[in-house]
Amino acid sequence: MSALLEVKDLRVSFDTPEGEVHAVSGIEFRLDAGDALAIVGESGSGKTQSMMALMGLLAENGHASGQALYKGQDLMEMTAHELNRHRGRDIAMIFQDPMTSLNPYMNIEKQMTEVVMHHQGLHHREARAHAIEMLRAVRIPDPEQRIRQYPHEFSGGMRQRVMVAMGLLCEPDILIADEPTTALDVTVQAQITQLMAELRRQSNTAIVLITHDLGVVAGLCDRVLVMYAGEVVEYGTVDQIYYEPRHPYTRGLLDSVPRLDHVEDQELHAIPGNPPNLLALPSGCNFRERCVHAFDACHQKPALRDVGDGHFSRCHLDQEA
Amino acid sequence: MSAPDAPRPVLRVQDLAVHYQLREGGLLHSRIHTLKAVDGVSFDLMAGESLGVVGESGCGKSTLARAILGLIRPVRGRVLWLGEDLTLLEDEDLRKKRKELQIVFQDPLASLNPRMTVGDIIAEPLKTFFPKFARVQVEERVRGMMKMVGLLPNQINRYPHEFSGGQCQRIGIARALVLNPKLIICDEPVSALDVSIQAQIIALLRDLQKKLQLSLIFIAHDLAVVKHISHRVMVMYLGKAMEIAQRQALYRKPLHPYTSALVKAVPIPDPRIAREQADTGLTGDMPSPFNPPTGCVFHTRCPYVVKRCKLDVPALRRMENGDWVACHRAEELDLTIRLAGHGAG
Repeated sequence: MSALLEVKDLRVSFDTPEGEVHAVSGIEFRLDAGDALAIVGESGSGKTQSMMALMGLLAENGHASGQALYKGQDLMEMTAHELNRHRGRDIAMIFQDPMTSLNPYMNIEKQMTEVVMHHQGLHHREARAHAIEMLRAVRIPDPEQRIRQYPHEFSGGMRQRVMVAMGLLCEPDILIADEPTTALDVTVQAQITQLMAELRRQSNTAIVLITHDLGVVAGLCDRVLVMYAGEVVEYGTVDQIYYEPRHPYTRGLLDSVPRLDHVEDQELHAIPGNPPNLLALPSGCNFRERCVHAFDACHQKPALRDVGDGHFSRCHLDQEA
Repeated sequence: MSAPDAPRPVLRVQDLAVHYQLREGGLLHSRIHTLKAVDGVSFDLMAGESLGVVGESGCGKSTLARAILGLIRPVRGRVLWLGEDLTLLEDEDLRKKRKELQIVFQDPLASLNPRMTVGDIIAEPLKTFFPKFARVQVEERVRGMMKMVGLLPNQINRYPHEFSGGQCQRIGIARALVLNPKLIICDEPVSALDVSIQAQIIALLRDLQKKLQLSLIFIAHDLAVVKHISHRVMVMYLGKAMEIAQRQALYRKPLHPYTSALVKAVPIPDPRIAREQADTGLTGDMPSPFNPPTGCVFHTRCPYVVKRCKLDVPALRRMENGDWVACHRAEELDLTIRLAGHGAG
């Protein structure tokens, strides 16, 4: 069966005054309809740039290579014009900060109807009705009135809901959500997460959630790809990642999340050191210098290996066994 | 001064209120709106105690911090620091008090002057308050501080942009501690940091607090972060304190429905629990702070609202166990938090 989206050996680099930076060094994954994949990592892990690359949204100094097959067609080979047929319609992306991705000079109606009129050739009146329906679906109260308002007239949570509604307007096959709740308050975050889960259930939309928050992932996603310094260090089902993490970085991340469900004083175990500097990565394993288990073999680059049941880890500890 | 084992308040905040006046409209038809950013907040802070302050955007937690330090003048209320009311002090006298009360800000890089070296940044408060200190003395102290917060003293001549976010926050902490303050207010000190680095900074603050017997006010929007550093937690909503409780009690059996919603909203990094996680029970959005609801400010979103809540403002009152709550129905509600796999994992 051919995948909805298949990403193979995706690489992204940037020319900078300090030299060429390898932001993404070969990631692979497969996404089927209704899947929810989390790409987890911290600053500089390459999680956002990998998705920007397949959407054709890299900055000018960025280069991408590899394949991103959407229903068998390679997005990386497409011209901007061809990509435009898919962006927004088949694959939609929502961003962390709704204030920078919504146009402040246009009311919500204009921004929403433009997309549907362009992609689905609807007339304005139909497009408007559809937009209102989507706003209602994301629980914006009184959508007939509010659609006339401008982005600044919405609260942060409401704006993020508008973004989700816009992302879903054309009923995309894939919704890529880049830290969609990071700027939001916890109670609003809970509402948006719930909303995404519902939409996935109802319309079988595949979700790619880019985040650093392992809490949000646990309830929403079924597969997790953990990235560090541009590489996939671990990949598996949520249960594999949370209950049997193999890579020391994944374990470190899980141990550093402050948790409310642990009753007594749980000590937080921070990962020592600092996030990776992509211009000065250590030789061998990228995580070596922060890893408490590092040993001689770590001076060689570890490969991403199947450790059983579709669970992959890039660590020499696993390769010993 | 009292011994640490016989705690008594170092800081007493009484009925503190900060209101902002905002003008709306044109020249002819302008109206003045009053935003009650902080509206009658009271609490005591003991020597060596750490108090978490939690609430969502616009609840007034940062304004509260600034009002305690006198960076914003309150319209009402008292801030008693070791018995002295800071709100009555002239600017110059207040400035002198800042030796004892310091703040650490949210955005580590933005709160450091990019054109000063780390050494100069940390030394600045020292030079301001003790201009007669010899240069050698200052440098020795700065190096000591750098070591204490986990920075390498040989990085003393570097600039902020050469450091990561976590390291910048360490610089901010060193600057706050260099004068040996008795109270530190941390305003969202970890929310701009990566998860793995957050844990480092929380651990550092906790160690320093114990070691230096600091009183600490730790402001955050996330209850999970605060849990690891607070003895007691105050929950704020629209400028008011909803609950002030011992940490254990607050997370197991909150007294206020808003606290309970905040606890439930924190996603739990455990798939089995997360799939079962109940929703917060909250309805709607936070009301505009310009036009807060009558009665209890939380009543428009509360799942337990009754008629009385819309009419009467609930006072912050002391419960039998010594915790404080502002809810008419605190006695009759059982808000015990139940988690599917509690304690597992």
